[in-house]
Amino acid sequence: MSQIDPLNRPVPSQDEDGPPDNTLNQVAELEGTHIIEVSADTNGRAAVNTPISLAGNSATPISGTGTPVTTMIAGRLSGFWQAATRNRKVAFGLSVIAFFMLVAIFGPMFVHTDPNAFSQDLLSPPSASHWLGTTQTGQDVFAQVIYGARTSIFWGFLTGILVTIISIVIGLCAGYFGGIIDDILSLFINVFLVLPALPLAIVLAAYFPFKGPLTVAIVITMTSWAYGSRVLRAQTMSMRRRDFVDAARASGERTLRIIFFEILPNEISVVAAGFVGTVLYVIIFEASLEFIGLGSPTVVSWGSMFYWAQNNDALLLGAWWWFVPPGLCIAVLGAALAFINFGIDEMANPRLRTERRPKVKAPSTRKALTTKEAVA
Amino acid sequence: MRHLLRRIGFYLVAVWASITLNFLIPRLAPGNPAEALIARFQGRIRPEALHSLEIEFGITNQNLWVQYVQYLNNLAHGNLGLSITYFPTPVTTVILQDIPWTLALIGLATIISFVLGTLLGIFLAWRRGTTLDSAIPPILTFLSAIPYFWLALISLYVLAYTLNLFPLNGGYDISVTPGLNINFIISAVQHGLLPALTIVVSSIAGWLLGMRNTMITTLSEDYVLMAEAKGLAERRVMFNYAARNAILPNITGFAINLGFVVGGSLLVEIVFSYPGVGFALLQAVQNSDYALMQGLFLFIALAVLAANFLADIVNAALDPRIRQERG
Amino acid sequence: MAEALLNGNRAEAQTNTLLEVKHLSVDYLAASGVVHAVNDVSITLARGEILGLAGESGCGKSTLAYAIARLLRPPALITEGEVLYYPRTRVDEAGVQRVSTVSMHKREPRVQNLDIDEAEEAVDIMKMGAAELRAFRWTELAIVFQSAMNALNPVMKIGTQIMDVLQAHRPEMGPDARRQRALELLRLVGIAPDRINSYPHELSGGMRQRAIIAIALALSPEIIIMDEPTTALDVVMQREILIEITRLREQLGFSVIFITHDLSLLLELADKIAIMYAGRIVEQGSSFDLYDHPRHPYSYGLLHSFPTIRGPRRNVTGIPGSPPDLRAVPTGCAFNPRCPFAFAPCTGTLPTLSVADPEISEQLVACHLYNPELHPAGAPVEEEFAERYASLSERSKAS
Repeated sequence: MSQIDPLNRPVPSQDEDGPPDNTLNQVAELEGTHIIEVSADTNGRAAVNTPISLAGNSATPISGTGTPVTTMIAGRLSGFWQAATRNRKVAFGLSVIAFFMLVAIFGPMFVHTDPNAFSQDLLSPPSASHWLGTTQTGQDVFAQVIYGARTSIFWGFLTGILVTIISIVIGLCAGYFGGIIDDILSLFINVFLVLPALPLAIVLAAYFPFKGPLTVAIVITMTSWAYGSRVLRAQTMSMRRRDFVDAARASGERTLRIIFFEILPNEISVVAAGFVGTVLYVIIFEASLEFIGLGSPTVVSWGSMFYWAQNNDALLLGAWWWFVPPGLCIAVLGAALAFINFGIDEMANPRLRTERRPKVKAPSTRKALTTKEAVA
Repeated sequence: MRHLLRRIGFYLVAVWASITLNFLIPRLAPGNPAEALIARFQGRIRPEALHSLEIEFGITNQNLWVQYVQYLNNLAHGNLGLSITYFPTPVTTVILQDIPWTLALIGLATIISFVLGTLLGIFLAWRRGTTLDSAIPPILTFLSAIPYFWLALISLYVLAYTLNLFPLNGGYDISVTPGLNINFIISAVQHGLLPALTIVVSSIAGWLLGMRNTMITTLSEDYVLMAEAKGLAERRVMFNYAARNAILPNITGFAINLGFVVGGSLLVEIVFSYPGVGFALLQAVQNSDYALMQGLFLFIALAVLAANFLADIVNAALDPRIRQERG
Repeated sequence: MAEALLNGNRAEAQTNTLLEVKHLSVDYLAASGVVHAVNDVSITLARGEILGLAGESGCGKSTLAYAIARLLRPPALITEGEVLYYPRTRVDEAGVQRVSTVSMHKREPRVQNLDIDEAEEAVDIMKMGAAELRAFRWTELAIVFQSAMNALNPVMKIGTQIMDVLQAHRPEMGPDARRQRALELLRLVGIAPDRINSYPHELSGGMRQRAIIAIALALSPEIIIMDEPTTALDVVMQREILIEITRLREQLGFSVIFITHDLSLLLELADKIAIMYAGRIVEQGSSFDLYDHPRHPYSYGLLHSFPTIRGPRRNVTGIPGSPPDLRAVPTGCAFNPRCPFAFAPCTGTLPTLSVADPEISEQLVACHLYNPELHPAGAPVEEEFAERYASLSERSKAS
């Protein structure tokens, strides 16, 4: 893992019983609702305070309402989607991610150069024939970036899904069952949370008999599941106290059904927001591991490009075109994620918004007091 | 006090987990990397060394528990095995050589980044609504998204290679003799500046934005309003009432993010060929030097745990509510 | 004059008016539009008086109080109005007007120079400069917040929170003197002195509220604004706190602006009550007058929304409907959609505060029913109020 948690998440405290105050839980509070602007300051001094519906209020029982689970989930996700895309930052971030996904899926169809093919132009700078130049062995960098996008993003998604599944299972079980099960699982989660991920991943990967994207995927999964688990645990703990859970238990629903078909759909937007973050975190983590040399030498991915560039002293030879493009791709993806995060923060916490004030002609010319002046 | 005891208990478990993981991983690895390695070295190293390698990898046919006890025993004596890369130097020696460099670089850079980020975050929150506040967060968000090692590559390329402002690699000039002399210190600082700068730039955005956001939330709390209503000086309101409360979640965040920061910084070391733990890790991987790799992992894990524990203590010191927590 | 001061008999010391709010308006600016939270409000507060501000949530009473203290934050904007504060003044030997406040121990009146234009007695709080405002704060005007748990800095000891205000405003006091004063204040509100080193979370709810009151009294202010100080407490604690407040007020002579939605509380506590609706004052008068003969239909409705233990039995009717969204206030009188007496002018013309009964000049009401030009039939009597409300509630139950 090569950087600070790109989501910049304050981590929920150990013993909290309720949902911690971080972005993912703020997301949970927005789910399935329309965001109405709060038009005044908080703490009851607001003249108008149209409520933002909380997950608690909108958490509904799934079974027995006649609506299939999938419809409910789809409904919530679309509500969340609508709210999210209204925010400029989120929309921007999402469009960048969409662009990359398009490149990953369709890019290689349009690029006819084989990324692994050697050529005569060794280490040549960008030109008409090689848009991003070539490597030490004459391979086309542009082709490598495009094919690498597919590899990196595909494996990123796969790993992201794996991590998310594990987080869901462990987090929800820990949050729902409580008691000794929770104590054990929590300890497990916290220990893994506190162990440094990159060194552990390096050791694990080094011992795997085969090197390649699959190894990297497994190793990352083993070291990154803890964060999501903790968030979902906290979320579940607060969900568990809601009436609909009691109702479900009273009506004799099986526990597993309650967990995965009642509680989980209500947390789906937390999971969705976390998934985006996880995928991008994983992509960076993969690139880091490959950079060190723990990937497969034959697979083309962004990370492997770094590895070969470093090993062939691209930097000392001034071949910036080799390592700048893949890094730029990752950086832009990471920035897209950060923007989404920023946007979600703003949506959930109206105080963080930079509101644009309407141009209102006040009857007198009294100036609005800024915080600074109000204090003085 | 109770709270502290719980935390100590937790960290003891975490330490035990690290140690045991370290023990189990080679033994659980599918295939048998150890044997392949041993085969490679067959005939080229003394029998005792070979034997110690076998013990390290658990190839001996002893019971797992016996091996475990032996392992713990070795650990207690500071015996982490022999490094293959620097054969026959013991792993412990190699690590102890590298640790000061890493501690100096990563330690200092992280502290500077955190302190600077926090102060700037407070400043930015106080100046809410100004152009500065609307411009800086997006810029920093972008900056924080850049992978550490890529930023390191770029800065190395631009500032060191192209513009020749900084030395290209290493921890110090090879021509200078290491030791407590001025030349060495100057050289060390010179070489450490760019990696440190990279780490600070990569990580500061996180602290800054985190602090800014918690400050903004805190500033709308009633007790800040009451402090204003009391007619207290602006600085007192900002620091003693607002920042003092806003920093608490960030200290927890610091502890958790430390793992990430350390990971990223290791990569920075690699890019700069800085003679620290990161670089050793790279070499260990390249040479399949399992003993060194594991020794490094253990050291890093324990260091991060120690730092986390320290952050916990600071948190408890700053937040009287935690000290009172129900057990 | 000086003797009056020294006797602690504040009511005689100066002009009776302490605070005069004139045409104060506060808007909240939001992307969706402008909200007039407080609309052209004028009211006076006399020395030693308890003024109650009553109304439902969102009527603007808190906004008004914070506007007076200039503690509103963006997007709130004070768009017009003055708040005149009449500091206690005396003329010194040189013939210069000086402001003085009497300390709790009734020692020498301390002289504290606020920037007063020699010709004026009053100071417009809205026009105060930064330094002036800071000096004014807490020494003349203090606030008791609604939720003591939220108003106390969780990481600072109670004692420190009392003493830092002393440090800021009384630089001549040394650390010992401050500590003594803090202990004195704690004793005054009935908190054990060893609690001076406690943190807020270590105190019970009632103690926290009392701690807030102690902090408010630290500099012997002239005005204390109390923003629903007992709402978050249980009834027993509520009563204790109110007794406390009354006792302290008698002892120290400060004025109170008491904000609450609980009208029954104000009837017992306040001297004067102003009822607000949708950002305007719809009725104001002494508590007795209001209780005995409420003029505005809204006041009547409020009064009859809670049962009384004593007194004649009456129907608890409540007021059907809910307060308007301040972004879309009904034209004319804002209450007209819910009012059982609404008639033609109510939707068109805004009623202004005026005397309802010439014999009771203190009671003002903003209602067209009392405007002989618009309502020649004359003011309705008590029974009519009851009838109309009864039929209104019938209709609303039916619908």
